[in-house]
Amino acid sequence: MKLDSMYQDVILDHYKNPHGRGLRNGDAEVHHVNPTCGDEITLRVRLDGDTIKDVSYEGQGCSISQASASVLNELLVGKELTEARRIQETFLELMQSKGKAEPDDAMEEVLEDAIAFAGVSKYPARVKCALLSWMAWKDATAQALGETAGGKTA
Amino acid sequence: MTQLPGLLDTEAIRKDFPILDRVVHDGQRLVYLDNAATSQKPRQVLDVLNDYYERSNANVHRGVHVLAEEATALYEGARDKVAAFINAPSRDEVIFTKNASESLNLVANMLGWADEPYRVDQDTEIVITEMEHHSNIVPWQLLSQRTGAKLKWFGLTDDGRLDLSEIEQIITEKTKVVSFVLVSNILGTVNPVEAIVRRAQDVGALVVIDASQAAPHMLLDVQALQADFVAFTGHKMCGPTGIGVLWGRQELLEDLPPFLGGGEMIETVSMHSSTYAPAPHKFEAGTPPIAQAVGLGAAVDYLTSIGMDNIARHEHALTHYAVGRLLEVPDLRIIGPTTAEERGATISFTLGDIHPHDVGQVLDEQGIAVRVGHHCARPVCLRYGIPATTRASFYLYSTPAEVDALVEGLEHVRNFFG
Ligand SMILES: Cc1ncc(COP(=O)(O)O)c(C=O)c1O
Repeated sequence: MKLDSMYQDVILDHYKNPHGRGLRNGDAEVHHVNPTCGDEITLRVRLDGDTIKDVSYEGQGCSISQASASVLNELLVGKELTEARRIQETFLELMQSKGKAEPDDAMEEVLEDAIAFAGVSKYPARVKCALLSWMAWKDATAQALGETAGGKTA
Repeated sequence: MTQLPGLLDTEAIRKDFPILDRVVHDGQRLVYLDNAATSQKPRQVLDVLNDYYERSNANVHRGVHVLAEEATALYEGARDKVAAFINAPSRDEVIFTKNASESLNLVANMLGWADEPYRVDQDTEIVITEMEHHSNIVPWQLLSQRTGAKLKWFGLTDDGRLDLSEIEQIITEKTKVVSFVLVSNILGTVNPVEAIVRRAQDVGALVVIDASQAAPHMLLDVQALQADFVAFTGHKMCGPTGIGVLWGRQELLEDLPPFLGGGEMIETVSMHSSTYAPAPHKFEAGTPPIAQAVGLGAAVDYLTSIGMDNIARHEHALTHYAVGRLLEVPDLRIIGPTTAEERGATISFTLGDIHPHDVGQVLDEQGIAVRVGHHCARPVCLRYGIPATTRASFYLYSTPAEVDALVEGLEHVRNFFG
């Protein structure tokens, strides 16, 4: 059934047992909403030089948006910024593939659990849910690095 | 099959709606329960639209040729039909717009530019309610920001009704306009028009009613409502998209200034100034949505042939059944009245902690179309402390079997996320 391609076990596991949920200290905080469905996330990033010390978050949303934030936390905490950006860009590419990307080994190596979201990319209404936390992370990181004025929601 | 007293002959009615035979997702029969967002269109409306474009298409009010005359007669004929449908005292009180949102923005702008005694300014107040659609919130917020008028709200009770207990403090001598929804698109509540109108009239405030979710489902009589303006939208009542209505009392339409300027709405134009055509044309700048108005006329004919009272009775019986069946589903909480009294056939609910987005997705897989989210009424979600709801909304072609399909679908959702 098609549903199982969206709701992979990995996604449901992250949804039921989220990693790193809750707000902790950070260098920058952003609040992003998905205006069409009301999903919301508040996300903080803490950096130590070029290393991501922590990504903490709190929010409301569907299984896809919540699981995605959990996977993000698991993948990005402890990584160097350049590596984290590469993961974020690869995830964005996968989500914008309209279900056509054939994730190869290289992609799988970069994305680990996040590869489970490949099936979500077939559902245009849900892609935004999957990307919510990743866009928030990108925005918060830019703010933490002093690249943007901050405070913006998207 | 479940038989309920008051139901329409849906087997016959459904034959008029080709889309209801659609099969989706590899063999699932479509169960369309998103009628509050937009209704489906009967063949009678589709044929009229097609016929208009194939035989009579021309611009209106500006040609002497045969097509121009036919198009004008069809467009103005649609105005007559709509006027009769809402029991308007005069056809000239029916203004065509593109949707309810434009109708409501039009009223707000007429008042924003008006002279005394209608003028809305910093010494005056505007009253709306917490259960409004964003289309009946934002135009008033804009008016309030631009004029300095104070925006006041009626709150909601725990069971999804308007809290009118402080009506005298909320609607006061300073109130210039009270605008509220007749039937809520998220809670389903039917609001007590008379109590609000009486108080508004006592203080000399104008009354605007958003009838977007009423016009499709019940007899709408603008004289009985005693409002000053009534807005609704064609696509929720079997008509095409791109056509809405603003009904307004004649004296007001004569006194109030136009909002959009352009062709069609003028009497004479010189380089210094212009004079305006009488209402309704004064408020219909530019080429109007002609085919869409004609399609709305056909929709009104269709609904009238079935009978608005019969439609209301059908939906009431179905709502009674649906509320009962939904309350049997474990962990399901209805957001809004939990009886069928003074409520329309739109039912919002939450299902345990399963997010509505996920509920909607799993239902869709079974061919069941519902709406999920905040339904353009975010203040309602905030009021009840929920991020969003799942909403099932019925219409004249909905059946008890579709209610059963929804209830079974929800069981499936619970198992999937359980
Ligand atoms: C109560 C209510 N008011 C206004 C509207 C706006 O209608 P439209 O989007 O056609 O302008 C809607 C429909 O979404 C509605 O349900």
